Amino acid sequence: MLAATVRVTRDLDLAQECVQDAFAKALLTWQGGVPKSPGGWLTTVARNRAVDLQRRERVLGKALPLLVVEEQDPQGPFPDDRLRLVFTCCHPALTTETQVALALRLLCGLSTAEVARAFLVSEPTMAARITRAKKKISQARIPYRVPDAEELPERVDGVLTVLHLLFTTGHTAPAGDRLTRHDLVERALDLARMLHGLLPTAEVTGLLALIELTDARRATRTDDLGRLLLLEEQDRTRWDRAAIDAAVAKVRSALQQGPPGRYALQAAIAAVHADARTWAETDWREIAALYALLERQWPSPVVALNRAVATGMVDGPEVGLAALDALGDEPALAAYAYFPAARADFLRRLGRTREAATAYQEALLLTTNAVERDFLAGRLGSLRVGPA
Amino acid sequence: MEEWTMSQYLVLIYESVQAYVEGGQGLSDDVLKGHMSFGEANGDKIAGGNALQGPETATTIRPGGDGAFTITDGPFLETKEALGGYYVVEAADLDGAIALAKQIPAPGGALEVRPVRVFD
Repeated sequence: MLAATVRVTRDLDLAQECVQDAFAKALLTWQGGVPKSPGGWLTTVARNRAVDLQRRERVLGKALPLLVVEEQDPQGPFPDDRLRLVFTCCHPALTTETQVALALRLLCGLSTAEVARAFLVSEPTMAARITRAKKKISQARIPYRVPDAEELPERVDGVLTVLHLLFTTGHTAPAGDRLTRHDLVERALDLARMLHGLLPTAEVTGLLALIELTDARRATRTDDLGRLLLLEEQDRTRWDRAAIDAAVAKVRSALQQGPPGRYALQAAIAAVHADARTWAETDWREIAALYALLERQWPSPVVALNRAVATGMVDGPEVGLAALDALGDEPALAAYAYFPAARADFLRRLGRTREAATAYQEALLLTTNAVERDFLAGRLGSLRVGPA
Repeated sequence: MEEWTMSQYLVLIYESVQAYVEGGQGLSDDVLKGHMSFGEANGDKIAGGNALQGPETATTIRPGGDGAFTITDGPFLETKEALGGYYVVEAADLDGAIALAKQIPAPGGALEVRPVRVFD
């Protein structure tokens, strides 16, 4: 909806404001019942509001900062406005962090606070980054279009980063009372499919497969009461086998196209999980090996954390805990809840109850998703029941 | 909808002095040829531009708070890559400006593209 409004207003700030206005109006109007196509309704209202405001601006003699390049693009090959907006947000003239932040804020309507949390930075830092980026888009005239065929390959990496972050943010919502934000996952999936249709490289295929594999387990990630279920506890008979098989075929084709990149590797890891009919059958050795490859491709503290966990699953909790503790100095992990949560789990398995409790408490302090908080609190509670 | 206008961008050419020393006359000839073909291919998009004398010819003038000036020998910024010249180009958007900049020689250095500010 924002993308459609940007086309009319050619100004991101104004578009955002109009979209917010439309939501406010909807809250009032829909008290009598939700229209058949709420998205369409909102877009219409936002557009009208934009035209309205523009008219007023013109009377005031103020020129709108121009943002959008082409007016006539009748039946171009890429009709989706969101994809254009993705390429604007992912322009290499912006830093990668900024690209992702902008896309999350503008494409997905995440609040600045949510985007900040996804990046492990403070809200004012993120707000400043987004403001600066919008200014650059408008003043340097970063175009609003899908790049030409010859430019496309070098522009795709940035888009993949954005889609991946979009997906992970939806997969486990940074805040709120539900575990996932399915709207974000769906959007990441749509955009990944579109991009795959446009440019089916190994990495694009890998990312699409990764999203599909994870989404195929969606129904089992929480129980009937919305409580978090670990991979270990999920009812695997309810996984979408057809979707998994189709995605695994994609992973194979991505891996056959040469040395795998980070998305093909992550998809391969997800495929190993999806392939195991039971938790006990999980091939942790394979997973640890894939994480080692991934860490070489993508040396990030979060990948190192996952690799340490996989290592612990192969060689036992003591080895896993040591591998985790070796990462203790990583500043990026200092506010990352999964780090103390993973430590807590290994400590619990080792019977070091008191230390496990401390680690769960630490994880709780860093977790803002209500479903995850309940899970951690439950684990903490069950520790107290056991022997001290 | 109002007509889409072209924007002006300043393209700053930063070059490595060392690269010219090592490359000798051959490199200088190549760079000159590069600029000529850039000009021929894009004549209507180039609004201006000049090559500059070397950074050793630069003088920096710094206004003090009291109306006095400090004059010093050398460029404002001492870097390995020095400003060697510039173009003012016209493009519809940043991608157009980048596509033009890619055609400009900048041995051992880089090109910086900046939108020209318009006051209205």
